Amino acid sequence: MTVQQLTEKLNLKVYGGKKGLGNEISGGYVSDLLSDVMGNADTGEVWITLQTHKNVMAIASLKDLAAIILVNNHQPEEDTLNQANEEGIPLLGTHMGTFEITGKLYELIK
Amino acid sequence: MHFEYQIEGGNFTRAGFASSEIKKKLKQLNVDLGIVKRTVVATYEAEVNVVAHAYSGTIYVDFDEEKVVIRLVDEGPGIPDIEQAMKEGFSTASSTVREMGFGAGMGLPNMKKNADDLQVSSEVGKGTTVQITMHYQNPNNK
Repeated sequence: MTVQQLTEKLNLKVYGGKKGLGNEISGGYVSDLLSDVMGNADTGEVWITLQTHKNVMAIASLKDLAAIILVNNHQPEEDTLNQANEEGIPLLGTHMGTFEITGKLYELIK
Repeated sequence: MHFEYQIEGGNFTRAGFASSEIKKKLKQLNVDLGIVKRTVVATYEAEVNVVAHAYSGTIYVDFDEEKVVIRLVDEGPGIPDIEQAMKEGFSTASSTVREMGFGAGMGLPNMKKNADDLQVSSEVGKGTTVQITMHYQNPNNK
């Protein structure tokens, strides 16, 4: 499944990084600890988090993640958004909490 | 090939820049993707540690035919007990740093797990030097 298809199925907001909407999704990772994501997430995964600062984009880029989903209507900071656009990594959002969005993502790609 | 990058203590906006540059160069050298990934994890954690704990630092990167050696030299408070700092979960990070999702005591353990060789030396009140060595071809690829 591509990130574009995921945004349609789960009705996700696309804040930025539209160039990467064609990225293929290989799985997901859920964590708000950046070192945990750095150590354990893998290429092509969708990262679900409530962290909104720019370092999430650095991690997504270094780990070649497919996309980021911000939960609970968290808005990205401006420099986070700018970097998402620069790197072409989709920065997505949902009103859902972490538990709900994770369950739905899991159902779709398990 | 020799490269140097400056790190400013407390400035998280540039954290990861050097790691990203090193990643690009390793890819250009056609290094195995698994080794690139491990290098990125180890280097990023080391960069973040300098930003989170030190006043300033320099990253010296040397690529030769077989390996890359990444040396991070900082001016900072130093680490009084390196053995303790290597333990998963041990952290002296500030609350601000923790709120950002760093400072979970996973940095040095992540470096140890991913580097082919990791050397840490430190002098309290002066600073810390971390050296990460990665071989392009590792028969025991982790």
